Amino acid sequence: MDKNKDNNNDIIDDVTGGDYKYGFVSNVATEMIPPGLSEDVVRLISQKKGEPEWLLDFRLKAFRYWMTLTPPKWGHLDMPDIDFQAISYYAAPVKKKGPESLDEVDPEVLKTFDRLGIPLQEQKLLSGMAVDAVMDSTSVKTTHREALAEKGIIFCSISEAVKDYPDLVKKYLGSVVSYKDNFYAALNSAVFSDGSFVYIPKGVRCPMELSTYFRINASGTGQFERTLIVADDDSYVSYLEGCTAPQRDENQLHAAIVEIVVEERAEVKYSTVQNWYAGDAEGRGGVYNLVTKRGLCRGDYSKLSWTQVETGSAITWKYPSCVLAGRGSTGEFYSVAVTRNHQQADTGTKMIHLAPDTRSTIVSKGISAGHSENSYRGLVKVTPAASGARNHTQCDSLLLGSNCGAHTFPYVDVMNDTAVVEHEATTSRISEDQLFYCNQRGIPTEEAVGLIVNGYAREVMGKLPMEFAVEAQRLLAITLEGSVG
Amino acid sequence: MGALKQYIDLAREHRSTLDGNAPAALNEGRERALAFLDEARRLPDGSDEGYEKTSVEEMFKPDFGVNVNRVNIPVNVARSFRCDVPNITTLLAVVVNDRFVATSTLQGNLPEGVRVCSLRDVPREELEGYLGRSAGGYDAAMALNSLLLQDGVFIGVDKGVKLHKPVQIVNIFSGGVPLLAPRRVIVAAGEGAEVSILKCDHTQTPGVKFASSEIVEIFAGEDARVEWCDLEESTPDTVRWCQLRCCQQRGSRVNICGATLTNGVTRNEYLIEVEGDGCETLLSGMAIGSGRQHIDNSSFICHSADHGHSDQLFKYVLDENASGAFEGLIEVAHGARHNEAYQSNRNLLASGGARMHTRPQLLIYNDDVKCSHGATTGQLDEAALFYMRSRGIPVDEARKMLMQAFMVDVVSKINLETLRDRLRYLLELRFAGGCGDVSCQGCHENMFNDA
Repeated sequence: MDKNKDNNNDIIDDVTGGDYKYGFVSNVATEMIPPGLSEDVVRLISQKKGEPEWLLDFRLKAFRYWMTLTPPKWGHLDMPDIDFQAISYYAAPVKKKGPESLDEVDPEVLKTFDRLGIPLQEQKLLSGMAVDAVMDSTSVKTTHREALAEKGIIFCSISEAVKDYPDLVKKYLGSVVSYKDNFYAALNSAVFSDGSFVYIPKGVRCPMELSTYFRINASGTGQFERTLIVADDDSYVSYLEGCTAPQRDENQLHAAIVEIVVEERAEVKYSTVQNWYAGDAEGRGGVYNLVTKRGLCRGDYSKLSWTQVETGSAITWKYPSCVLAGRGSTGEFYSVAVTRNHQQADTGTKMIHLAPDTRSTIVSKGISAGHSENSYRGLVKVTPAASGARNHTQCDSLLLGSNCGAHTFPYVDVMNDTAVVEHEATTSRISEDQLFYCNQRGIPTEEAVGLIVNGYAREVMGKLPMEFAVEAQRLLAITLEGSVG
Repeated sequence: MGALKQYIDLAREHRSTLDGNAPAALNEGRERALAFLDEARRLPDGSDEGYEKTSVEEMFKPDFGVNVNRVNIPVNVARSFRCDVPNITTLLAVVVNDRFVATSTLQGNLPEGVRVCSLRDVPREELEGYLGRSAGGYDAAMALNSLLLQDGVFIGVDKGVKLHKPVQIVNIFSGGVPLLAPRRVIVAAGEGAEVSILKCDHTQTPGVKFASSEIVEIFAGEDARVEWCDLEESTPDTVRWCQLRCCQQRGSRVNICGATLTNGVTRNEYLIEVEGDGCETLLSGMAIGSGRQHIDNSSFICHSADHGHSDQLFKYVLDENASGAFEGLIEVAHGARHNEAYQSNRNLLASGGARMHTRPQLLIYNDDVKCSHGATTGQLDEAALFYMRSRGIPVDEARKMLMQAFMVDVVSKINLETLRDRLRYLLELRFAGGCGDVSCQGCHENMFNDA
């Protein structure tokens, strides 16, 4: 039995010891401003981007507010203090103007995204995905814009949107995540460099998946992008987000904001495959992923669905949320979070039911291995106005190895007697019976564990768009490779 | 400094009187309590993690006095005796405000190896071995209680002794002025001992504000069995901050049940540390709220040994403008193997004004576990209501029956059959609206003449 156990531990080590294949650094000339944050830096960023007065004001207001705050400490995380003056708040690949066509984009940048498997090249048109690639702080290239423009869909970097569609940006920026929301939201509002902007007009069903790929390349920087998605009445869009970073010993900060506005009967599906560099086996380096993501289901019968597969980052601390303000609106949250080595994750969601007949579903699957700590934290709030609200929450944790931790902190606040709210959570390791069954039929332990874990995560994986589902499944397999027991 | 200041000042001012009234072992704790509270500057309020929905600071803000001079407040014990268990005789101890009163049932009736007495009758060294030595760290609840504590109840069951009669502790609030009663119960069950205890809280003078700061410390020795049932029937003007701390040795079995039938503002905290292998822990609670009642239960079970089994069940029925909160935490420590820990919280909101906040939590540091928690908040099953109405049961009655049925599985957790029956009866009374008004006069007077 003991021998068997050792054997299992080896397998666990193997599986969780998978290499990070996106850890390369690209040699792209980068323009960086010196580290530090002050009002001048905020003005400099704004000036470099040639922004209008109102946006500078927005940044300055956020910055002044940020100065009054202290970093939050309530997460179930062991996070060293971040020196916000040691980070450079603007880093961009040097370019002439905006790239008119792919030929003008720095070949190194293209190569980078090629290695990541991002279909930047037009010939990959068949892959049926429009991509906005963001390297360090600026958007590098957005594909398929013309095809989208025909339908009236706007998909571009947020800096372009500020220039081309100032009214839309002004109307929606900060309307879901106020700069006063939290410490990192204030920081992002002050220094955000770029990100994606999506606007789907009334009645349009976006014909392809929209996708943004984020990459931190330069060292000593953080990434502070901002995504704004607006789906007007009766529209539909599926949006994907992926991210990687080079392997470095330092901890890099990623503090983004994603804002989504869903109008009447519109539907937005937001999927994330998060694979920032997670640090090495001893827990050195890795990205701190401290993101504020929130969607507002403003219109009646609107729907917002978050799907996330979290495998990277040294520290993940985020709660993609739905504010259900429209009658009959629906919020969904599907998550698989895998932590290994010394990774830490404190993630979950918030479902705020403000209107009658609102519904929400939460499915969270945590897998922890090695010395990692994986926490689910979620809030379901039903306000007095939300009669007939329904919520079902299911969060399961799987533990691989005896040194990891899996924690659950759900908050349920019900202020309406017609609401039905359910929460279920379980924590266990892979059952001996299942393993034995597989072994007995000639499946080696490691494969069996992969099989079981995949089955365990299937409910969430199934919610991902096709292209991502394959990638996510591969990612899960690589992440767990050698760590399964 | 808000509410806390008056108690600190009072303790400083009357220190010598307090010390004069209380046994020496209790006096030793006052210095530490003062130091702790001086530093804390306030009692926990909504800004403290875990106290979001219940501000203890608010609860203790009114100008409560403490019976420092040990004024003898006369009380008619029998008046509170609806909770008495018929058909069995109990060993009865009464605590009037914060004063221990022995009854005739304790005189000459105690089997050998069993003590039910005031803390002042416990030898100093022995008492020191128990005070504050049970589960949990030193916190505000412990400090406030230790600061003003003058008396309490001691229940000791020696090694191997099985006590078949249940012990009953009746806490009674009585008096004409707002009063704070620091109460302490110590239950020491030796190796292989068995004991069942029923504690009930009553308030006799309606309209007068009362506050209780209570600490219950349970020591379950190896293979001991302890059953603890706590029943609260007080008035809307009563606030209660009750902390139960329990540490379990190898093979011990503990069954704890708390029921809040009528109250004002109640905060119950359960801290259970499972220190020995192979322990069983059952923790259940029920709360029935109407009017502006507020009930907050917080539980923490820590498994630091192997082969433990714990099961928690908390149920709430909240009507009118009542509010409830539940926070439950299960921790399985690193290296603690083969533990099974379950937790369930089910709530019924019966009116538009009722509020429920629930936060079940798991902290698991080991893969060799089976843990789960579940929480639901909803209302009565429409189909069941319809079924009953279609068979001629008026809607109000049908609702009451369903609510009562909802609570039954908490009642069934209690081992003692007669106690179960009694609680079922009290539930029925409560849902019929007959609880809380003290109407049981005369039924047991002969038994308590001497109280």
